[in-house]
Amino acid sequence: MTSDPTRFDFEIPARPEYLSLVRSLVVEAAESDTTLSRERVEDFKVAVSEATTNAIEAHARACRDESIRIRCTVTDDRLEFHVTDRGFGFYPDQIQVLPEPDDPSRLNFERGLGIYLMRILSDKVEIQSGPDGTEVFLAIDLSANNSNS
Amino acid sequence: MEFGVTVASFGEWDVLTVTGEIDMATAPRFRQRLLALISGGAQNLVIDLSGVDYIDSTGLGVLMGGAKRVRSAGGDIRLVTAGPRLADLIELTRLDRVLDVYDSVSAATEGSSS
Repeated sequence: MTSDPTRFDFEIPARPEYLSLVRSLVVEAAESDTTLSRERVEDFKVAVSEATTNAIEAHARACRDESIRIRCTVTDDRLEFHVTDRGFGFYPDQIQVLPEPDDPSRLNFERGLGIYLMRILSDKVEIQSGPDGTEVFLAIDLSANNSNS
Repeated sequence: MEFGVTVASFGEWDVLTVTGEIDMATAPRFRQRLLALISGGAQNLVIDLSGVDYIDSTGLGVLMGGAKRVRSAGGDIRLVTAGPRLADLIELTRLDRVLDVYDSVSAATEGSSS
């Protein structure tokens, strides 16, 4: 039997000082499921924080003073976050191709690790972007594989 | 722990010690102190992150930018991490392949990599 998902919707001002609050919310939501290991929670915290950082930057570039929308959903088998901004959006084929992280020339690029971190620290990432904004969906599985040892 | 940056000399090394969380909110202060040190002529730099609770891509970008500038000037830059979390993140992003990582300031200044 499955239970209804628990959902939280909130908004934060598009300012960097609210990032630590978002990370606290991830930890709070993750603690509702005791099967998640501390490492997995820490990983997901980084992923959601990176998505929120990108959203704050998108609003700064677009000179928008609106809030960033964040939705958290806890289901029986997954913890999900949607981070939505109202920036100008971006197109995947316009993202600068970066050298591999271990290439010495990588030091020439101080940016570009955010999406990489989201992808390796989450079980699922979807990015929908257009001229009216970007929505990033991040999820981790709540399964026995993630349990504390 | 609250964010902070301090600088101290350790023999021929300048040691930049960072505490707290490094993210988009605090990275500008970290970058400013690091660049000031480099533009002031620091050649051998240790960045001690053992008191850092959290670092994101913005903070890692500051490290990369600092490393590039120090090496361009013929200097050396070394990282110190304590605890598995930060080391894991640096390993995951494979920055340990381009930055030397140590487990203590004394190891970094003596040159024995972790």
